[in-house]
Amino acid sequence: MELLQELNSDVSGSFVEESPEKLLDSDPSFFNRFNLVVATQLPESTLLRLAEVLWNSNIPLLVCRTYGLVGYMRVVIKEHTVVESHPDNMLEDLRLDKPFPELTEHIQDYDLEHMDKKDHSHTPWIVIVAKYLIKWFNEKSEQLPKSYKEKEAFKELIRQGVLKNENGTPEDEENFEEAIKNVNTALNRTEIPRGIEELFNDECCLKLTEQSSSFWILVRALKEFVANEGQGSLPVRGTIPDMMADSSKFIKLQNVYREKAKKDIAAVRNHAAKLLQSLGKAPESISERELKLFCSNAAFLRLVRCRSLSEEHSPSSCSKDAIISHMDNPDSEIVLYLMLRAVDRFYKQHGRYPGVYNYQVEDDIGKLKSCLTGFLQEHGLSVVVKDDYVHEFCRYGAAEPHAVAAFMGGKMTLPGPHQQQPAQPELCCLTALHSQSKGCNDRLQ
Amino acid sequence: MAVDGGCGDSADWKGRWNHVKKFLERSGPFTHPDFEPGTQALDFLLSTCKVLVIGAGGLGCELLKNLALSGFRQIHVIDMDTIDVSNLNRQFLFRPKDVGRPKAEVAAEFLNSRIPSCAVVPYFKKIQDMDESFYRQFHIIVCGLDSIIARRWINGMLMSFLHYEDGVLDPSSIIPLIDGGTEGFKGNVRVIIPGMTACIECTLALYPPQVNFPMCTIASMPRLPEHCIEYVRILQWPKEQPFGEGIVLDGDDPEHIQWIYQKSLERASQFNIKGVTYRLTQGVVKRIIPAVASTNAVIAAVCATEVFKIATSAYVPLNNYLVFNDVDGLYTYSFEAERKENCPACSQLPQNIEISPSAKLQEILDYLTNNASLQMKSPAITATMYGGNKTLYLQTVASIEERTRPNLSKTLKELGLVDGQELAVADVTTPQTMLFKLHFTT
Repeated sequence: MELLQELNSDVSGSFVEESPEKLLDSDPSFFNRFNLVVATQLPESTLLRLAEVLWNSNIPLLVCRTYGLVGYMRVVIKEHTVVESHPDNMLEDLRLDKPFPELTEHIQDYDLEHMDKKDHSHTPWIVIVAKYLIKWFNEKSEQLPKSYKEKEAFKELIRQGVLKNENGTPEDEENFEEAIKNVNTALNRTEIPRGIEELFNDECCLKLTEQSSSFWILVRALKEFVANEGQGSLPVRGTIPDMMADSSKFIKLQNVYREKAKKDIAAVRNHAAKLLQSLGKAPESISERELKLFCSNAAFLRLVRCRSLSEEHSPSSCSKDAIISHMDNPDSEIVLYLMLRAVDRFYKQHGRYPGVYNYQVEDDIGKLKSCLTGFLQEHGLSVVVKDDYVHEFCRYGAAEPHAVAAFMGGKMTLPGPHQQQPAQPELCCLTALHSQSKGCNDRLQ
Repeated sequence: MAVDGGCGDSADWKGRWNHVKKFLERSGPFTHPDFEPGTQALDFLLSTCKVLVIGAGGLGCELLKNLALSGFRQIHVIDMDTIDVSNLNRQFLFRPKDVGRPKAEVAAEFLNSRIPSCAVVPYFKKIQDMDESFYRQFHIIVCGLDSIIARRWINGMLMSFLHYEDGVLDPSSIIPLIDGGTEGFKGNVRVIIPGMTACIECTLALYPPQVNFPMCTIASMPRLPEHCIEYVRILQWPKEQPFGEGIVLDGDDPEHIQWIYQKSLERASQFNIKGVTYRLTQGVVKRIIPAVASTNAVIAAVCATEVFKIATSAYVPLNNYLVFNDVDGLYTYSFEAERKENCPACSQLPQNIEISPSAKLQEILDYLTNNASLQMKSPAITATMYGGNKTLYLQTVASIEERTRPNLSKTLKELGLVDGQELAVADVTTPQTMLFKLHFTT
């Protein structure tokens, strides 16, 4: 603990020198003091007891272990919600397919045919696409360009708008090039992502109670917004990407989106306030900051629910089908999971892990194999595990090589169920053998 | 942890290397085909194997720790930086009292005192300061660098060691290079066996281009707070020289940053741009990309595992590129990056340039800098002519640049170059001079 505290003087820490088993026997409520529990290298029976206590108290548990060259991580949380999921490839929210009135009005102010050259070349590409879309609707089709052919034709239409000099050669108008390049993504339909629809239809959203978290109250407020002011769409996000334009045109356009976002947030606020009132909660229980963050991230909300460890371990509720189908490939990482379960069974039966001493390795292979077979049978898992894996796990002798532990340590500290991070997949198996890892979502537990 | 016989070395307490021994003294179904269980691999690790760690920062600290705890003892580390207070949140071999001291030296001190028998040797130097004989002494080199140029340089150095006899590569001339890189929540690890697998140059096109704002935006049409800050940094500072003539902007000096910040606010208010903050100013000036300690931990762990595998032949190493991404869930993916047939660094093929004799030298310069596989920074071009070396163009020394500048607007014919002429090109991206052959087109 002293050494740990050297790393960051702002961190306070304490330690208890006691085996988890004894604590579970004498004072299980000890664990309730914590917001998060991380368990490493625990024997199965202890882990299951701990998991039960934590599940009933709604405390997240992160299980981590290193076994030879294999690393394992399991997240056990009943429900985890994320607002700022920071998606990697975010599409912009430009509403070119469904322009809101203020945007339409702003676009109308531009007259591309009668602008001077400087203004023409410094008009934001969003305006260009919007103007040419109107031309497209008038001349070509009532529908948005969708197919490859249609988008190419639309791009060509825009290209014809590039100013030409006296000789008829097109000028260098970077904003028009930007417009053409962005046609592929700018015309995407504005729609509610499927994940958000699922949130809208979730029990927690449909049946609000006094105990409901602000996340669910906001989801409900969002749903009501979509059904009313939003006219089927989420609140406008309010940001636009940088683009070739003069400062004044860019900022005016940016403000159009910003102001609309503010209006939408105000509408969501009203819905939220009504809901809070009906639940007998104070209107201040959801802060302005929380509301703003929620609205600007409305398309990226995430929900994770995990099964408990006891569900995973019980033969009646374990995910037989998923495991069997993964094992169609006998070298799938799932075999590592099965071997870890076998090794735990070995520990239960023999009071030690297989192959710890050199002289044990040979004999333990057979013993481990029967543990594995017993486990598979009990759980109705009709799969074949290659002998090589049994041998390999005996060879490991429950070693904890530093590099593998370091890797798992790194992966463990990456999530942490707090607002800012998206949740990890529930189960993660690593093998340093082939330098691969696989995260498995929901289906395995 | 259970004990299985002690280790011969008196500095090691009983059972010290038990975990490691399980991989080195036992046979197994997944080991490398050349692996032979026994005590020789551990002995090699503990007494002979020499590893060079390049970089003692976020990745470097983790690498050093991992290697030392896995049994490596003769570890050398090179880093040209000193410790900054912003490093302390993840470069855990350093403490507040170490700020200002060289990273390599403090890292070595920490490890040598914390891990018995560990003998880390530090070098407070640039990698370019060390010569061929320095690098040749190592069995394996592992990098935790933050610059592509540096990577290319060490890559070029190792490629230059390759020795071919009658077209067959001599394996004793190979020094494996493990390269780790991180940026925020993303990272990658590559195992490079020079002459056999893809090298850094082979896959140069994989690196994304750096974001640089166009000058016209900065000078006359700013739209983002970043544009305002860059205006002050690039144009206003050199013009106003606020802290004295010739004083260069120092991103670590709070007074400098404060000046940039104030001026950026003024510029931003002229254009009604919001969002300039002190923090953003610092980020833009120092080109800060936020670092995540855990990503470094993960990548360094994979690197160290590969070093272990290669040093002991215990398992088959990664072949050869692993990508890691933690933005959404956990994602790793490994694939085999392919060698480029005419790679300038590792193929044995001469680099050809097809060009018209009436093209100007400027065109060759542009090709060397803009071509995606070359991406040179400030190449110096010489040709062997009339029995001697003639410098055609060199940018890095002001007087020579001035003298040779007129050559850029001369045609290759005018400069006396002939079909089949060899040009020698030197650049910061490679320790060796590169040879190009001119093929004249009609």
